[in-house]
Amino acid sequence: MISIQDYALPATLEETYEVLTAKKSNTILGGCAFLRIGSKKIGVAVDLAKLNLDFINEKNDSIEIGAMTTFRKIETNPVLIKYFNGILPKAVSHIVGVQLRNSVTAGATIYSRYGFSDFITALLSLDADVVLYKGGQVSLETFLEDGAKKDILVKVIIPKTDRKAVFQTMRNSRSDYAVLNAAVSNKENDWKVVVGARPQRAKIARAASHYLAESQLTKEDIEYAAELAANELTFGSNIRGSREYREAICKVLVKRAIMEVLA
Amino acid sequence: MKINVTINNQKRELEAAYDEFLVDTLRRYGYLSVKKGCDTGSCGLCTVWVDEKPILSCATLSVRVNGKNITTIEGVQKEAKQFADFLVNEGAEQCGFCSPGFIMTVLAMKRELAHPTEESIVHYLTGNLCRCTGYAGQLRAVKKYLGVV
Amino acid sequence: MRVVNQPIAKIDGMDIATGKPVYTDDLCNQNALVLKILRSPHAFARIKDIDTAKAEQVTGVECILTYKDVPDVRFTLAGQSYPEPSPYDRLILDEYVRYVGDEVAIIAALDEKTAVKAMKLIKVDYEVLKPVLDFEKATGNPVIVHPEDDVHINFDIGFDRKKNIASICFMGDGDVEEELKKCEVVLEKAYYSQAQIHGMMETYRAFTYLDHNGRLTVVSSTQVPFHVRRIVARALQIPKSKVRVIKPRIGGGFGGKQNVSVEVFPAIVTLKTGKPAKIVYDRKETSSCTSSRHAMRINVRLGADKAGMVKVIDIDALADTGSYGEHAPTVFTLVGLKTLPLYNQAKAVRYRGTAVYTNKVSAGAFRGYGATQGAFAVESAVNELAARLKIDPAEMREKNIIKAGETNPILDGPEEQKPITLKSCTLDRCIQKGKKLINWNEKFPRKVFSDTKVRGVGMAITMQGSGIAGIDTASAVIKLNDDGFYTLLIGSTDMGTGCDTILAQMAAECLDTTMDKIIVHAADTDISPYDTGSYASSTTYVTGNAVIKASEDIKKQIAESGAKLMGVSAIEVEFDGERVQTQDCSRTLTLDEIAQRLALGEGQNQLIGKGSFGGETSPPPFIAGFAEVEVDTETGQVDLIEYVSVVDCGTVINPNLARVQVEGGVVQGIGLALYEAVHYNDKGKMISDTFMQYKVPCRKDIGKITVAFESSYEPTGPFGAKSIGEVVNNTPAPAIVDAVYNAVGVRVRSLPVTPEKVLKGILESE
Repeated sequence: MISIQDYALPATLEETYEVLTAKKSNTILGGCAFLRIGSKKIGVAVDLAKLNLDFINEKNDSIEIGAMTTFRKIETNPVLIKYFNGILPKAVSHIVGVQLRNSVTAGATIYSRYGFSDFITALLSLDADVVLYKGGQVSLETFLEDGAKKDILVKVIIPKTDRKAVFQTMRNSRSDYAVLNAAVSNKENDWKVVVGARPQRAKIARAASHYLAESQLTKEDIEYAAELAANELTFGSNIRGSREYREAICKVLVKRAIMEVLA
Repeated sequence: MKINVTINNQKRELEAAYDEFLVDTLRRYGYLSVKKGCDTGSCGLCTVWVDEKPILSCATLSVRVNGKNITTIEGVQKEAKQFADFLVNEGAEQCGFCSPGFIMTVLAMKRELAHPTEESIVHYLTGNLCRCTGYAGQLRAVKKYLGVV
Repeated sequence: MRVVNQPIAKIDGMDIATGKPVYTDDLCNQNALVLKILRSPHAFARIKDIDTAKAEQVTGVECILTYKDVPDVRFTLAGQSYPEPSPYDRLILDEYVRYVGDEVAIIAALDEKTAVKAMKLIKVDYEVLKPVLDFEKATGNPVIVHPEDDVHINFDIGFDRKKNIASICFMGDGDVEEELKKCEVVLEKAYYSQAQIHGMMETYRAFTYLDHNGRLTVVSSTQVPFHVRRIVARALQIPKSKVRVIKPRIGGGFGGKQNVSVEVFPAIVTLKTGKPAKIVYDRKETSSCTSSRHAMRINVRLGADKAGMVKVIDIDALADTGSYGEHAPTVFTLVGLKTLPLYNQAKAVRYRGTAVYTNKVSAGAFRGYGATQGAFAVESAVNELAARLKIDPAEMREKNIIKAGETNPILDGPEEQKPITLKSCTLDRCIQKGKKLINWNEKFPRKVFSDTKVRGVGMAITMQGSGIAGIDTASAVIKLNDDGFYTLLIGSTDMGTGCDTILAQMAAECLDTTMDKIIVHAADTDISPYDTGSYASSTTYVTGNAVIKASEDIKKQIAESGAKLMGVSAIEVEFDGERVQTQDCSRTLTLDEIAQRLALGEGQNQLIGKGSFGGETSPPPFIAGFAEVEVDTETGQVDLIEYVSVVDCGTVINPNLARVQVEGGVVQGIGLALYEAVHYNDKGKMISDTFMQYKVPCRKDIGKITVAFESSYEPTGPFGAKSIGEVVNNTPAPAIVDAVYNAVGVRVRSLPVTPEKVLKGILESE
């Protein structure tokens, strides 16, 4: 059973930050999808609802997604369906059900750096940055590695390019969380191979990405790159699958994703 | 804290603790159609609409719906019965415990999907679990209700 | 027939679907005390000391009960007819805790928050004991799950406490070892089925209060109100006459609510405090602190000739009953009872085995009740035998199966071990139709669709019973009201199955009336006639027969009363449902008028019809199930393309409701086959205790479900009907397992068939 002592609905980021950092137990409310499961003791629950962070904006050279944007909005947004083969809508569409996706937010998912996340894996293949109120703009990759000191994730910025991106996932039951997921993207031979739900959080497979950029992209090259990804990343076991199984299907998902990008 | 909401077109002032979830507040105020099934956002039984959108009331803090418009199946009885007629004629309500949440999702889907297909119906409804019917009868009912061949 | 065999909508359907407040927690007084249970963090421990003083100080706490506060009389939570075959191995709270989640203390408070706050303040000093977690190592383990010496058994079930044996079973016919020697082929394999979780949408719950006569009233989401009354009375050591049990609408049961899992907790609080009390289990408690299907290891030896005639079936099983022995002996018996008779050409059959205690979540009744586990093992073995002999498994079934008119030594009737004749069976036609519906001859064994996708088909057959012969009984009462409509009183429990409706259909058919003239009331132990409850596939057959008897009884009384009011003799009149008329049509009285006049001073004769029934046999329904799967050869993912079930349940009383019963049962079977994995950590805690971690199938997981009926006519059944409730669960696991084998050559003998297991098999065979 969770407990919340107070609730704040600040009007500015500055005020939000003040409340958030006033006490260690003060916490920002995200989509709250998983709140009930835990037994967290929250001092002040800080709600970002008044900060106008629910947006998907198409700019000249970028697309920005506000922290309070729900997965359902991402799933149905015409801009996101249009760009990057619609990888973001596709990646979030598998997650449980419409109702949950109407609650879960982009910001909370990224800030929590969930290992099982499909959204993060897809986003990581798109050169995305995150904007933190205090920490400023940092690459998603860096943020995933380092996290952030208590801060407010304001938005995500994705460079608007003709990057082609593909998402692959393996699930036991279709409404389950992924056993493994993968995203592969390419823009003018700049390849990104990303694997998540390992079950640790998503990571770029550098060697595999580089190899693809320099290879002839033959069938053998693709298989070798997939092999590289499985070798350079680490995998773990949980109730959804063993380390060995994840390693085995990593090759398959990455291979399939590369082929789909090339198709 | 006090929250002011419109529930089923009625303005109401509710008292809810900061850590109370909407499902519990609604049940406490007598909206007993709203059922709890899982506590983990996995089953869809507690589905109600907030500003016309289906959400999980077990994953929504009551304080966050302050000023919003909430709809439970008690508020859309006429429309619910129109669909339930198809459901009941398939025998696909069975125990009925998941039906209110399921119907709220079906009615939301009807508003949202301009051209429903079997595939998009199944996708939209995936967050609603049912342990009795095996889903097949529910799908027959939805397709008949929406006129999907 | 006008009403029976018609697809009539459920009489409660519209109201429950549209959210009327008719379930247990909807009816509870908001002022009831709220209960929380402090649970053991250890798989096995003895409570050395428990300090509740601080917790009791919390404002709003009404009472805290520990093992020191409960009657020292053991009982079973198994909702079975008295004397129950399950061992009396429980106390309401015990000094020993036997699994992670076992009850340590009951906290009753004004609200949930207070109860939880108090719970955290209870200090328990445990003597932590080494647990037995592996059921294959339980027998004879130095760790004894039930160290207490006051476990009571009502009759010999092979119980051996010191060896952790809850029950031993043996049945058979012929000389297995001798016959095996004569067989051209012998196949021996071990199969493992998991402790499936019921996952009914309405979790366990009950509330209690003292009524105006000081009697304890228990309102509970239960399948077995009369058993609840008896068990609560024993557990609390009060007379049965002081307990009333009311069952409102139930949000699913599947056998889980045949266990009296929660009722004793609010009951003891109400008795101690005099105040209303309620308990609502959350999903975790429902999954990991009640009961599940018995996990089993089943060894099957099959002997056959090269032509595929099965000569010997020898089953040796081990069941994990967990920490308590609810339903252990009976579930276990059905493994043999509902598999061996199918292969009636066998010369010798045997079933033996042991149900053992472990320090895990207790097992109990689950739809299919051992027949599901038995079907998985025996049907898988038959499929393996067919593959070895290179015989089409469907054709092999056709050669071997039991047919109507045959006798079988395991199909026992009123006298144990005395073979009875199978009176109705269309299993042969079920197989033929199923083959056509799935296009078996074209698809068997596999079709390669691409480099990575292969489709395969597989099949299995099964049987169940219809009630428990010689034990299950039901009574029905029909009352003619003060107008021409009836009240049908029954004690069976509609948990969504629609039995209130189909029983009303039977009454309406018998009484030549329409559904709107029958009011159904169920169940309240103060009012309803006795019924063992809705389990063991009993309600259509057992309660249905009682309803027919009651209907015939009141029909006769109506004719007699009508005749009397007209001043003629009863043999001169006929009752056609609407009026009583003399045969020459000279005089007539409408039913309305008869009812009104009987209720008034003139008649002074309330008409009440009654009927009781208990089956002398348990006529089996049959199913042939067929699966088509697509396997991804690189990931091991199995997609179910189609599942076909062809059912012989005798006469179908309500085609819509029967069809949905089949579809729902098949999907539970699909869950058992593919998705529902049970996980414990190394400390013995079940970690697959939410719908997040334990995946019941969602609507994208199931493919196309096809249902067809091949009705036989069961002469002892109501309108020729047999049961349908449980048999529907049994074929998916073995059929899907064989479809996967036929697709990619990987045989999974341990459920569920996860992609990981399939891929491992593929990689090993390469």
